[in-house]
Amino acid sequence: MSSISQNAPGKTVLLMGNEAIARGALEAGVKVCAAYPGNPSSEIIGTLAKVADELGLHVEWSVNEKVALEVATAASFAGLRGLCAMKQNGLNVASDFLLNLNLSGCRGGLVLVVADDPAGVSSSNEEDSRIFAKLGDLPLLEPANFQEAKEMTKSAFEISEQLGLPVLIRSVTRVSHARGNVCLDELPQSRPKPRFENSLRFHALPAVLNHKLLHEKLNRAKQMFEESPFNFYRGPEKPELMVATSGSGWMYSLEAMINLNVQERVGVLKLGTTWPLPESYVLEHLKKADRILFIEEVDPFLENNVKEIYAQNCLFLGLKAFFGKASKHIPDVGELNPEIVTHAIQNLIQVPYEPRPADYALRAHEAAAELIPARALSFCPGCPHRATYWAVKIALALDGRDGFVLGDIGCYSLGMGPSGFGQMRTLHAMGSGTGLACGFGQLNRFGLEQPVIAVCGDSTFYHAAMPALANAYYNGADFLLLLLDNSATAMTGFQPHPGTGSTATGKEAPVIDLKAICEVFGAHVEVVDPFDVAATVETLLRLLQEEKGVKVLILKRECALVSAKHQKRLYQVEVEQEHCLGETCGCNRFCTRIFKCPGLMWDKAAGKARIDEAICTGCGVCTRICPASAIRKEKA
Amino acid sequence: MFISRDPFNVIIGGVGGQGNVLASQILGEMLVSQGYVITIGETYGASQRGGAVMSHLRISTKDQFSPLIPEGQCDLLIALEPVEGLRILDHYGSPRVMTLVNTRPIHPMDVISGNAEYPEVSKVIAKIKELSRRVWTLNATEVALEMGDPIFSNIVMLGALCAIEVLPINQQGFELVIKDLLPSRTMDENMKAFNRGREVVQEFY
Repeated sequence: MSSISQNAPGKTVLLMGNEAIARGALEAGVKVCAAYPGNPSSEIIGTLAKVADELGLHVEWSVNEKVALEVATAASFAGLRGLCAMKQNGLNVASDFLLNLNLSGCRGGLVLVVADDPAGVSSSNEEDSRIFAKLGDLPLLEPANFQEAKEMTKSAFEISEQLGLPVLIRSVTRVSHARGNVCLDELPQSRPKPRFENSLRFHALPAVLNHKLLHEKLNRAKQMFEESPFNFYRGPEKPELMVATSGSGWMYSLEAMINLNVQERVGVLKLGTTWPLPESYVLEHLKKADRILFIEEVDPFLENNVKEIYAQNCLFLGLKAFFGKASKHIPDVGELNPEIVTHAIQNLIQVPYEPRPADYALRAHEAAAELIPARALSFCPGCPHRATYWAVKIALALDGRDGFVLGDIGCYSLGMGPSGFGQMRTLHAMGSGTGLACGFGQLNRFGLEQPVIAVCGDSTFYHAAMPALANAYYNGADFLLLLLDNSATAMTGFQPHPGTGSTATGKEAPVIDLKAICEVFGAHVEVVDPFDVAATVETLLRLLQEEKGVKVLILKRECALVSAKHQKRLYQVEVEQEHCLGETCGCNRFCTRIFKCPGLMWDKAAGKARIDEAICTGCGVCTRICPASAIRKEKA
Repeated sequence: MFISRDPFNVIIGGVGGQGNVLASQILGEMLVSQGYVITIGETYGASQRGGAVMSHLRISTKDQFSPLIPEGQCDLLIALEPVEGLRILDHYGSPRVMTLVNTRPIHPMDVISGNAEYPEVSKVIAKIKELSRRVWTLNATEVALEMGDPIFSNIVMLGALCAIEVLPINQQGFELVIKDLLPSRTMDENMKAFNRGREVVQEFY
């Protein structure tokens, strides 16, 4: 049995931060959970989907984040508890609804978890979603470890109901995607019945009146947060330096104190309720120290908000020195780690710190510089996207008019790198490749002669590219859209979507056919298997040269990682050593130098190519590219 | 058996797709069931496939440590790939580190394309030895391929980890954890991989 659904109060289990958030929602009696997958948030709803039937929940992968928030909000309006989860970029999509929902208010507990991705480890940006709490006058909580992720989520539902407002929880990669001990509490057994009370109104309008009511609610939140258990201070009564921190910064600060052995000299003020800040509580702690260092991930949100409180009260607080992102003691971009925090504290209180002997570090650096080759990201062996970009590269070269590819969000974003032969030229938001193509597709009247290609994945298409495609036909744009249909939301963990025929909880669902939608939207649509390289190149070239208007080519081939779960490999692939001419072939190592699938190796001793049997998945695409036909495949 | 430092810091590193996340989760679960406070930090996402990946495990009897190990503070390195082992020692190694390494290379794209050289494996292992207090080696990928699927390499490595007796883990603990975590039809093969790892690992002098 999954530990997430165990009704075992007092039991300690190892949970991922996202699982702890899911467990907190279950302990709060959540009934409706919705999200669009996006790392580092995906496992919150993924975990709940697995126990939905067992615990009687509705859990869905919605088509995008705005719809997900609306679905969870409907539960709240009907008096149930609703949870919505997304990554930071998702909040941009959902924000139009959120910044009206704050005015209308809600009823049943409604919690919106946003998992931020400092350094953009699995994102196109590293935006700090906390600013939306300030923008929308909404209460904000920031969990600092796994246990707190569970407790805060549970508590957020209570706060939401007391205020009649959605509550934001801001997690980060190193909380969401890390694991740690979590002690479980009881799961409630209540079965509340939903009902929409017709005496109630959920209107954003009248805007000014509701804005005023919202400010009153926010003031109540501020009062509630004065007593919150998620804010505490650890350290001496009069510290030389006080660290003020939130979220992942708490764990890094503790680690830094241990590294430097300065627990007697430095105090840590850990804040969990970061909007609105509990003003009296903050003031009371500001009195303790004259030097304050802010530790938080991405923007100086806490730093600036504490400074605002200080500015209002500086006459009786006296002079203080603030350190953090503004003073450059902490980097204002990228992710934090224990070293950055350790060095910042060390710098401010002048204590020695040598993490390891200097001569060892020198020897290790020398060995690394001498021996370690770089390891660039690449498409998986057997990935259909490699074959697609290969065909695009060949077709654009044959076409000869300097065509280009507009990119989108998904595994295929790697098309900007060597694995996709550098083909992708733009990368922004979900669906933006097709939107940009709508614009480029109008520029021929000004003399643009280059063919325009947009790429888009199947899940991304339902999420955000459909409006762009409708726009293209309506306004008469001229471009070729490549729908890379691998039948999964692959990058975030293979979640199903409206084209896959199953729901989040594994039930059968109607398939919304990509080809049919594109045809209804007026596009000329063809379908090809990217593993059939010759047919793909031929079709691409024909569509680029012979057709005008909106053309869609669906490149249909299941994600290799999904295939590996339910079917045997297609082929046994081998480089026939007697046929591979190696260094003497005129191809100049075409298979490894240009195509460079990780399943291929260059055997230096033999001077020939061969297959790495630990990596090759048997897609057989490389057999099409060897000029000597030395790469052979046999049905496996 | 107890941990020799608190926190005791373990890094499992390799190439995306080698199964370091699952290995770290199994190891973490084995230790939590014995009452340890565990934190695991994982690097994945865009580096899911083909890139260098690491899991950081903090093992403590008292505190929840951060999911990232500081510079030079790794006590035990489990390298699923040789140059990735060396890459990790470059930042996290110190004279106290012990290293368990799978000797089977995975060539990076730059090596496949001819833009970079993959060093002689023996040279990499010798450097790892120079930078580690103790080193154990095995070709876990080969063992897994003999079993019919390279996917078992990470489990072979966990078996080897059990054999070197650096951490308080045993076969029964492994069996209990994978019963919960992995499909039951793979139980026999996973136990076999674990035991093969125990048998073939050797200390490198």
